[in-house]
Formats: sequence, structure tokens, C-alpha cells
Amino acid sequence: MTALLEIRNLRAEIGGREILDGLDLTVAAGEVHAIMGPNGAGKSTLSYVLAGKPGYTITGGEIWFKGEDLTAMAADERAAKGLFLAFQYPLEIPGVATLTFLRAALNAQRRQRGEPELSSPDLLKRVREIAKTLNIDAEMLRRPLNVGFSGGEKKRNETLQMALLEPALCVLDETDSGLDIDALKVVANGVNQLRAPDRGMIVITHYQRLLDHIVPDVVHVLASGRIVETGGKDLALQLEARGYAQYQSEAA
Amino acid sequence: MNAIPAIRTKAEQDLGAVFASAGPRLPGGRRIAAARAAAFQAFAAAGLPHRRLEAWKYTDLRRLMRDAKPLAAAPDAVARAQAGQATGLFSGLGFRRLLVVDGVFVADQSDLSDLEPGLEIRAMRDLLAADVADLAPGPGSVVPEGEPMLALNAALAGDGVQIRLAPGTRLARPIHLAFRVTAGVPAAMFTRSAFEIGAGGSATLLETFEGPDGSDYQVNAVLDLRVGDDARLDHVRLIGEGDAALHVGTAVAEIGARAAVNAVSLTCGGGLVRSQAFVTLAGADTRAAMSGASLLGGRQHADTTLVIAHAAPGSESRETFKAVVDGAARSAFQGRITVRQAAQQTDARMMARALLLSEAAEAHSKPELEIFADDVQCGHGATVGALDEQLKFYLMARGIPAPEAEALLIQAFVGEVIDAVADDGIREALTKATAAWLRARG
Ligand SMILES: Nc1ncnc2c1ncn2[C@@H]1O[C@H](COP(=O)(O)OP(=O)(O)O)[C@@H](O)[C@H]1O
Ligand SMILES: [Mg+2]
Repeated sequence: MTALLEIRNLRAEIGGREILDGLDLTVAAGEVHAIMGPNGAGKSTLSYVLAGKPGYTITGGEIWFKGEDLTAMAADERAAKGLFLAFQYPLEIPGVATLTFLRAALNAQRRQRGEPELSSPDLLKRVREIAKTLNIDAEMLRRPLNVGFSGGEKKRNETLQMALLEPALCVLDETDSGLDIDALKVVANGVNQLRAPDRGMIVITHYQRLLDHIVPDVVHVLASGRIVETGGKDLALQLEARGYAQYQSEAA
Repeated sequence: MNAIPAIRTKAEQDLGAVFASAGPRLPGGRRIAAARAAAFQAFAAAGLPHRRLEAWKYTDLRRLMRDAKPLAAAPDAVARAQAGQATGLFSGLGFRRLLVVDGVFVADQSDLSDLEPGLEIRAMRDLLAADVADLAPGPGSVVPEGEPMLALNAALAGDGVQIRLAPGTRLARPIHLAFRVTAGVPAAMFTRSAFEIGAGGSATLLETFEGPDGSDYQVNAVLDLRVGDDARLDHVRLIGEGDAALHVGTAVAEIGARAAVNAVSLTCGGGLVRSQAFVTLAGADTRAAMSGASLLGGRQHADTTLVIAHAAPGSESRETFKAVVDGAARSAFQGRITVRQAAQQTDARMMARALLLSEAAEAHSKPELEIFADDVQCGHGATVGALDEQLKFYLMARGIPAPEAEALLIQAFVGEVIDAVADDGIREALTKATAAWLRARG
């Protein structure tokens, strides 16, 4: 059986600087992988390279997603194939109502997959159901996307999008940053509800705290553009205790 | 003072010939004939406006206008009927449509039934023929002395519509003044219209300008607006002329005390468009919001020039202008707010923003403030930029293909202007016009 995601010896640069330096990672359906690492290690870079953000050049290696070459696809095709990146810093889009955006996104994906579009009432019903579980009120859905949202509201909005789009692979980049403990629980609960045998997750975080709530199957340490250590969930606890100094000195 | 251009261009010579041959046949008694002659003389003395005139800095008509067309022939019965039956963005909204075909007000294709009490509609040609029309701007106007295209209109205007609302008349049904050019030999149309709302009245006026693509017809349309004390006007203008047309539109407005004016314009047609408005906030405590958007592509050139004078205390004005420029098109915005000495407690703000979608696209903006009162709040700003690639990526990362992501961002950019329209039907129609423009862009 092919893995959901298979990254082999990935090298990538931005602005002429090599950030990913021979990264290997395999995620099977049903698994939740945590990626931890010091600031500047390349965690966000990995998430952007996966999502297809312009500006990053892949200088070596391979990325296979559901058995297909991910690097050959534009960002929108990757999303329609089932890849979802929950942004570390969700962007504000003035003039585009949240609901309009959700409709455009879901229906664009359905069109690309050759599925019929969802009618407005069906979409609204679905969005409302999800919004309720995330404590997002209807008023927020009418507001322009993320404009004037608090940090917590933005992260809940990312989770809402993820739940609506039902991706095969969720990449969560520092979903815990800027959240107080209550907001963290709400978001983690939303993410946990999406855990499924046919879905994989990569949870990127700097702190162990999030992993108390989203318990991973595998924990990796990313440092200096590489996976330098892999273990079970107790690795996160060890990292919490000893910090990342060991990996940083290794890199230096 | 700028020197009079010594050499007449082909277009200027053509205009001289048009006035000489058609002038005597234009409607008007002795008074109007004298006014026309004086206006043409004023025009001829200065010639077509050119870039050395500050007000025409971005639109050198002397260079851009290669010829002047003869006046359009009055549309025949077939053309009138066809124009009357044509449906468009605003069909089916139940507005009172007044149709001007090839510069002629066509009463039999206009909705003149069940006029609300206090509403009067007349053909401008009748007022001209009766020698009672006013072709010169009023004494309080901010139109510069001898404004050339307004003078040319005074010399050559043949028809248009005069709409008057008696004091206290509140029109529930919007009026749609539809200017339509029919296919055929490219010609020139000079129209003069007037819209007057008496004290305490209110109305919605929609003006649309449409014509065939591929025809280099020429439109010079003037609207005189009078909004009385405590009156309310919602004014929407859609310039959707054919792609080779020359459109010069001039609005001269005088707004009374405690009035409220909300004007929105959308320019998405025409090869060469100059929209100018001269607005006097004559009374105290008036609220005026003027917004506009231009959607340009190909080799289109559109110039929006606004001159607003605050003449009395306590008024608020807001100007928002947005341009989306693709291909090798050019957008220009000039806005001047003058706050006269008497206009204390003025609150005036002007913002111009342009979105460039291609390397060859150009946008110029020149917002200006001229303040003679000391207790005022005024501000202006201008930005020019490309589509935000970060935002585009965010949309694409959710599965939205690049063209659709761009369309969403452009629609959002223009949305601020369109959302200012109060009438739901008009707002939806303008949104559709924007969507159609975006689809045509591909
Ligand atoms: N646009 C860019 N140009 C050059 N260097 C960048 C750019 N973006 C990020 N980097 C660098 O790449 C490295 C990895 O950044 P990032 O992936 O954001 O790390 P992390 O998410 O692990 O904190 C950092 O040293 C950062 O400064
Ligand atoms: Mg990061």
C-alpha cells in the first residue's frame, strides 16, 4: 500500500537560501504526526512547500501524495486532491465575506474533482453545523474573511475550513500559537473530530502543550531543514524538558 | 493663461464645420442661438483641451481626438423600436425608464405613464425651442470659466431630458435615464439633461450609457443637477459605451442645505472616457458621498475628474475612487476639494486606489485639497498596486483556481464602491457588470 504522503530527500530554497536540506517523512492514512523543532528550523517552509506557495524552489528530492507527484500540481490542484494547510498566520481578505469564500472554495474543489456543486442552502446548513461545534457565531460568517478577527477566531476559522473541506491530509502549522487554553481546547477538539482512518495529519508545533490535546502517533524533530529524530508521543515530553539546544548546536 | 493653439487640428476644423452647418438647425429661439454662438466662440478660441491645461493633464483630447463626427441623424422608427425593446442589466427592475436614442429623447419608448404627482418630465429640445432652457452653468457652480467640453455641449446640444421634482416629492420608483447609441454610421451626440429635486424631495436616478462595439461614435453628455434643501438623491451612473467610443460626460451639481447625496459611478466601457463632475455643496450640513470605479482593459483610457467645493459650514464629503487596469489601459483620477472660508467644520475625505493587473497598465491619481477655512477635517490619499500574491495563494490553497482567485480579489476591491449603492437591484446589476467584465478578462 502506498503511503498518503511520502517525502524523500527534499531540498528547497527561498530567496537563494537553502532551508530544507534532505528531509524525509512518510505519513500513512489514519496517522497523526507531530513535527516539533526550534524557531527557524524550516517547519513553516515545509508546510508552504507542501501547499505549493510560489517563491519556493525545490532543488532536490520528491514529494508523493496519494501516489502522485505533488510538485507537478498548482496550489489549487493540491487542495482539490485533498491537501489542506491550516496557516500559522491566516490572512485577512477585505471585501470577501467568509461565507462567500467558503462557498467558492468548496465548490471549486468539487468542480475540480468532477463532483456537483453544493447548493447554497446545503452549504449554509453544513457550515452552521460545523461553526456550532467551534463556537463560531453566524455573525462572524458574514464578516469579511478574517478581517478584525482575534487570533483565536482566525484559528477557529481555519479549523472550520478544514472540517468543511474534508481533506485527506491536514497540515496544521502552529495552530496553537496565540491561543489561550480555552480556545486551544476548542480548536483541538475540532481537529480531533477530524481524525479518521482515511485521513492523515501533520501537526507542527513549537510547544508540547498542543500535543496534550491532539495526541500524536509519531513525533519528529525538525532541525536545520531535516528530520533529525523520530519517536513516539513521549519524545514530545522529553523535548519539553530538555529543549532544542542539542539540535541547534548540532546544526551549528 | 495658456496660449491659444495656433494650429487647428482636424477634429477642431471638423467641429467648426459641424457648428456652421448644423448650428442653424439646432432647436432654440433668439436667446438660445446667441448662447450657442457665444459658447462655440469660447470653445473655438481655446480649442480642444490639451495636456498643458492642468485640468486635462492626463487626457490630451487635442491629440487623442483624431476627428469630430457629424451630428447623429434622428433615429428612425425601426431604430427607436429596437432600442426600446433591447433588454439590459436593469430590465425588469420596474424603474421608470426614459430612453434617449442617438441623442434624441424618445417619448414613445419611454415610460411616461402614471407620473407621480410633483414629477415633471420634458424633452430638452422643447425647452430649447421655446428659448427657456439654461445652457450656461449657474452662478454658484465651480465649473472653470470657459470649460471647453461644456461650452461645446452648449453650442451643439440638441436634446436630452429635463426631470423636475416639486418640493416635498418623494419618488419611490427610481428613474432610469438610458442613453443608447444604435449601430450605424459613427456620429456625434450632444445631450443636455437636467435633474432637479425640490426642497425635501427624494429620488433615485440611474443613468446608463451604452452603444455598439467597434464604432467610434462620440458622446458629449451634460447633466445639470440641483438638489434642494433637505432633499435626498441617490445617483448611479454606468458608462458602458462601445469599446471604440469617445465619451465625455459632465455633471454640474448644486446641493442645498442638510441634503444627502450618494453618487456611484461605474465605468467599464468606452475607448476614451472623460467623466467630470463639478459639485458645489452650497448649503450647510450636507452629506455627499461620491464613489466611482473604472474597469479597464485593452487600450481603454478613462479619466475621472472631480471638483468639489464646500461653500457652507458643517458639510461632509467622501470621495472614493477605484481603478482596475488591465492590458495597456490607462486610468486617471483627479480630485480637488476646495473648502471655502465660510465652510467651517467641513469634514472631507478623498481616497484613490488603483489596482494594476498588467505590466503595461497605467494609473495616475492626483487628489488635491485647497483649504481656506481653519476649523476643518480633511484628508486624502492615493495608492497604486498589483494584486496581493499572498492573498491569491491563500485562496488557491483552498482549491480556488488562479483566475477565480484573482476575480474574487478584484471583485472585493471594487466591492467597496458598488456596496455604496443603496438600491438592491442596481447594486446587484453593477455586481453582474463587474462579474461580466471579469469573465471577459478570462
Ligand atoms: N522569504 C524568505 N526568504 C529568505 N529566508 C526565509 C524566507 N522565509 C523564511 N526564511 C528563513 O527560512 C528559515 C526557516 O523559516 P521557517 O520555515 O519559517 O521556520 P519555522 O517555521 O521552523 O520557525 C528561517 O531562517 C527564515 O529566516
Ligand atoms: Mg513557522
